[in-house]
Amino acid sequence: MKTRKIAYLGLLIALAFIFSYVESLIPVHSGIPGAKLGLANLVIIVALYTLNDGDAFLLSMIRIVLTGFTFGSMAAMLYSLAGGIMSLLVMVAAKRTKRLTLTGVSVLGGIFHNVGQILMAILVLDTPSLVYYLPALLLAGSLSGVAIGVLGAAVTKRIRKIVIW
Amino acid sequence: MEKIARKNDIILIVVILAAAAVLYIGFNVFQRANTKEPVAVVTAGESVYGRFPLDEDVTEKVELPDGSYNVLVIKDGRADITEASCPDGICVNHRAISRQRETIVCLPNKVVVEIENGEESGVDSMTS
Repeated sequence: MKTRKIAYLGLLIALAFIFSYVESLIPVHSGIPGAKLGLANLVIIVALYTLNDGDAFLLSMIRIVLTGFTFGSMAAMLYSLAGGIMSLLVMVAAKRTKRLTLTGVSVLGGIFHNVGQILMAILVLDTPSLVYYLPALLLAGSLSGVAIGVLGAAVTKRIRKIVIW
Repeated sequence: MEKIARKNDIILIVVILAAAAVLYIGFNVFQRANTKEPVAVVTAGESVYGRFPLDEDVTEKVELPDGSYNVLVIKDGRADITEASCPDGICVNHRAISRQRETIVCLPNKVVVEIENGEESGVDSMTS
């Protein structure tokens, strides 16, 4: 049972890693710079609902470090870390209230990923006026959160059928 | 987990979108309030004689203690000196100004008209 779990977590890490890469290849023309689907977040949320909170956190951190060193820059990794940690903390809290379904949790995760990144950017660049960008990122975060939530719910349902710890 | 979204999720999304809209409008209003109107600042000698917003048409005779004067006319968002007591009339011949940091100077009368909060001139600093 332990081995199965390790294998499953490894699989998710690989998936999140490759999703980040695939996403970096797709040019997004949404009109909002920085807005993307957040495919990696799909894997995180599936982990959150099929494994436990700690595993999801581990997965998120490993994903960010791997992606940062492989495809990104140190600065990009810093933003990702801020977004990733903030997003995960909020998702765990939201999940624990048991008031929201996976979609709602995913929406919160999506927007707080953006909020975390913009806060880090404000700190690093010392530019408080970046706050003006927040409404656009809230909108983008909700949209991608809904998309990821719907996908995640479908995936989680199927995984739960075949994976039993 | 059976349904994709429940009532709470819908409420959450609506609240977030409403917050985004409110923030967007709030930021816009805030920015507009912080953008100052362009003014022509008239300095006579050492002291500021007056500040004249460029969006109000006005004619002001700047009179100095020694009897000399300059007539400042603000029209169509531009400041100009149309008449003056000085002998050379350089300030009168100067074209009307409206852009950031543009000046009209009348050396004999020690009168300076300068634009504050004006639109930046399209010409870069090397060529202007």
